[in-house]
Formats: sequence, C-alpha cells, structure tokens
Amino acid sequence: MTEPIGTPGSVAAPESEAGGWTGAVRRRAVAALPPDKLLPDTQPAYMASWIYVFGVLTLAAFVVVLATGTALAIEGPAWWHTSGFGHYVNSLHLWSVELFMGFMVIHLWGKFFMAAWRGRRALTWITGAVAFLGSVGTAFTGYLVQQNFDSQWIATQAKDGLNSVGIGAYFNVLNFGQMLMWHIVLLPALVGVLVVLHLLMVRHRGIVPPLARPGVAAESAVAEPIETSEPVAGS
Amino acid sequence: MTIGSASSLDAAPVDLNGPGHYLHWGVIQISVANLVVIAVMLLIFVLAIVLPFPKGRGRK
Amino acid sequence: MSRRARSAEPDPYSFGSRPYDLVKEFTIALVAVLVLTFALAAVFSSPDEKPLTIATWSTADPGDFTATALSELDATSPTAGYGPPYNTAAEGQKLGPLALANTAGVTHPIDTAQAFVLGPLTSAPHTPQVAAALSTYTAASSTAQAAWTSAYSDALAKANGDPTKVAPGDYGPVPILLAQLLSQAQAGSLDGALLSEGGFYQTDYTLPLLFLADGSNLAAQADADHLSGDQWGMMNETGNFPGQAWLWLYTFWYQISPYNTSVNADALVMGTMAIMVLLFVFVPYIPGLRSIPRLVPVYKLIWRQHYTKQKQDSDRR
Repeated sequence: MTEPIGTPGSVAAPESEAGGWTGAVRRRAVAALPPDKLLPDTQPAYMASWIYVFGVLTLAAFVVVLATGTALAIEGPAWWHTSGFGHYVNSLHLWSVELFMGFMVIHLWGKFFMAAWRGRRALTWITGAVAFLGSVGTAFTGYLVQQNFDSQWIATQAKDGLNSVGIGAYFNVLNFGQMLMWHIVLLPALVGVLVVLHLLMVRHRGIVPPLARPGVAAESAVAEPIETSEPVAGS
Repeated sequence: MTIGSASSLDAAPVDLNGPGHYLHWGVIQISVANLVVIAVMLLIFVLAIVLPFPKGRGRK
Repeated sequence: MSRRARSAEPDPYSFGSRPYDLVKEFTIALVAVLVLTFALAAVFSSPDEKPLTIATWSTADPGDFTATALSELDATSPTAGYGPPYNTAAEGQKLGPLALANTAGVTHPIDTAQAFVLGPLTSAPHTPQVAAALSTYTAASSTAQAAWTSAYSDALAKANGDPTKVAPGDYGPVPILLAQLLSQAQAGSLDGALLSEGGFYQTDYTLPLLFLADGSNLAAQADADHLSGDQWGMMNETGNFPGQAWLWLYTFWYQISPYNTSVNADALVMGTMAIMVLLFVFVPYIPGLRSIPRLVPVYKLIWRQHYTKQKQDSDRR
C-alpha cells in the first residue's frame, strides 16, 4: 500500500465495496443507466412510425408550459389582467397547456394500442398515467387561480364534488392562496418527478418491441431465439 | 343584465370571445371549440399511424 | 405460462437499429412547440371574463342580494344548510355506506348570520339607528328572530324581490339591517369586509365566493356561458375557447341516471371516477382491458414496416 486508504487509486478495498453509500448509489445508477443507454445515438429499427414523436412533443410542451408559467410568476397572478403583454404571456401559457395535453393524450393512445406495458414496463405505464392525472389536477388549479369569472364559477362548483367525499375539508378550492401554491409548487413538482421517472424508465427498459403477430412465434431477428420468449397472449 | 364582460385589452385576429357555439346530440352537448380540438387530435393520431415513415437513415 | 415467460420480451435491439439523434429530436420538438404556441397565442389570445363582485351583483340585482342576505341571516341559504366542511346543518353526502364528508368534519366553520350579515354590519361605520337595530336583533330570542325573518321573506317575495315595495308589517329590525347591508354592498365595502374577516393579509376568498354562489346571479351568468353542470359545463370555457376537454368522463356521469337525480350525486361521481382512475392506472394488470391492443390491431399499422421486413427475412431464410 503506497497511498492512504480512500484516495483515488488506492487498492485497499475491492471495487464493489469502495466509496460507502455514495459509491453504492453510483454503481447502481451506472448499472441501470450506463451513459450510452441514458443518451443513446441509435434506436431500434422497428421505430418507424410518426406515432413515436408524441412523447418528445409532450416533453417539449411541458418545458414551454413551465417557462411560460415562470414568466407569469415573475409579475404575479394579477399582472395579466392589466397588461397587454401580460395577457399575451397568459395566452402562451394557455396554448402551451392545450398542446401539452393534446400531445400527451395522443402519446397515451399510441402507447395503449402498442400495449407498451409489456416486458416489465408496467411502471412506465403507471408513471405516465399518474403524470397525466397530475397534469389534469395542475390544469384544474390553474383555472382556479386565473382570478376571473371562470375561476369564481369553477371554484364554487368544484367545491361540491370535493366536499362530498371529505377532500374539500383540507383542499379548499375557494382559497386562492392555497390553490396558487398547489398550482405553481406542489403539482408541477409532482408531475416533474413523475416525468423524470417515466423518462428514466423508458431509457432503462428500452422502447417496447412490436407485438408478435398472431400465430407467429415471438419476433426475433437473431438465429437463436431469445430465451423463454413465447407469444404474449395478453390475458 | 349581463354582469361579467370580456376583457377588451387586446383585439385578437380571431376573437373567440362572445357567445359560444354548442352542438346538441341526445344527452351530449359539446362546444364547437372542444369538438374541433378533439377532432384535430383524432385526425393527427390517425395521420401519425398511417402516414409513411421514411425508410433507411432515420427521420431527420 | 410462467410469469417469467410472460414478462420476457425480445431485446429492443435484436431487430437491428439505426442512427438516431435524441438531443436533436428534442430540440426540433421544442422549436416546433414554441412556434405553435406563439402562433396560437397571437391568433386566438385567451379568455378573461371579468369576475362578479358583491358590488356589481347588489347594484344590478338588489332584490336578489337582499333575499340572499336574508337567507344567510335566517340560515336558510345553501351555505347555511350545507353541512361539512362549513357546519353541521346537514349530514354531508354519502358514497353508499361511507359518510366521508362527515368523517372529515367541519374544518371551515361558518355561521352565516354572523359571517355574512351581522359581522360586516357591526364592523363598518353605521348610524345609531343601525346600531339600535343590531342590538335589538342580537338580543331577541331565536323565535322572535325567526318570526321577523320569515315574515320579511314572504313579504319580499310578494313584492317581487324589490325591498322598496315591501308591504308594511312586523319585521322587527330586519329591514334596516338588510338595507344597510345593501348600501355597504353597493358601495363596494362588503367585498373587502368579507375577505378581511380573517385578518389584514388574506388570500382566502371562501366567504365572498360562498355569498356570491348563494345568490342567483353567479349561476345565471354561468348558465348563459354554457358552464352549468347539466350543460357538460365542466368541459367548457367562456366564449368559443376550448375548455378542459379532458374532463369529459368526469362530467359525463352528471348527465345520466342515477347520478342526475341523486342527492349524493357528487359522491357517487367521485366514487365512479375513483374506479375509472384505478382501471386506467393499472391497465397492465387488468385482463380484458390489456387485451384490447391485440383485439383492435392498430399495432399492425404502427409496425407494418417491421412486419414486412420480418416476413421478407423469413421468406429468404
């Protein structure tokens, strides 16, 4: 031993145990997502359909939603009622949300018809589904904090649904301050976390292969079939 | 008397303020605006599935 | 079939691959979305229908305002009879045997007579006449109060809601109190008074919103804008703007039996939607539902290039 324990290059401990918790987390992360899996520069040949662009379109729209929301946050929630430019920024936020929801639903339709949960990808589906629901909730609180007639009506109506099952006792849609915090802090954070998990899972598992055609053994281009592949009956 | 009034701070080229147009079909009532959004989404979905995808060297 | 066999899918790269630029694709998508967003916002803008205020409401419809204030005073308003989370006047809705609203309890207690009428009257500057009316009312027995309010309510209805045309009768101090509240409302101070009952800094609009909703103007305006519950209103936006179209399934149930006639409609719809949510989130595990992609073979179109190539390869072999 020529160097103190713990410095890079020391040979005191075997590689698989070095670095304590940090080292363990690093090794697990790199094993799950090596760089060329995290940021690949190839894709499976069967990705030959325009339906595949809707995931990235949803993500891009999400970025624009966050950016336009940030712009609104800079001047505060009342700005857009009195400033023409503010009104335009509000319009940017509204239409980026429409695009976000539209692309996300088309992405969802595509993934459903591809049965994209196959091959241990159930969690990818689940995070996507919950992110969708979270987005619906985020949009809902957004409508609540517009501070116009629409907000008044939506709040006084929605309270009945939420009160009927006890949620309204803790989540008061008539409380502008509370709803604003949910809209700009809590729900975007939740959706953001889910989106990140969803993306990491897509990279980790790879894009789901095509369904096997009925009557055909599991699709495989290699000479030796992949182990245990059988047609997935699906039910 | 109508109490609320639309903001007239900026005149958009296509002014969507003003009375909404709605379609009724049995128990279903839907705004033309929503119907257009849904129809466009369905159209895009169908096109995305059906339109040919460039073969060979990827789609860029 | 073993669980392991069921879950195993071929490796995505076992069918060949091609070059692909992930970052470039995202950049193109971002530019496309930005262009679309800027264009849509410039062409269509966004709706901003001005909110109602208690001032505009009471000025446009003093009769409705007075009737609403009276109903808050004698606890016959929708808020007064709501139940949890505002009071114990009702049981709250039930979802089958589950009384969830009741279990959550009264977390935002509101005494409507005090919150909407007596409190704002007391805290605002008022004449000795009003001060006397206030002490007469608060000192009276609940029987006397009920007699006054119900007599005035009948008389107001007979006068078609116009407080100036009410026939003489024994209404106690009620007409003075309501007239004073009306002038406070029309002057604009009631909006602020209801908001700041909790203190100087306030972001909670519960009281002014409930008061507006107890009147008929908010609902009338909403109905004119096609936003009412029985108009699929949840999905809609004012004017010709698209609304929250994704709420279609949630609002659908309210249009049909048994939901549209049930006193527990809201709870029933919530329960139904909870089931829908579970079905949606857990599709991968639900037999039948997860088979739909096979039964409705959109996949054959999506992967048609791949299947053609597979067939060519196997024909060649």
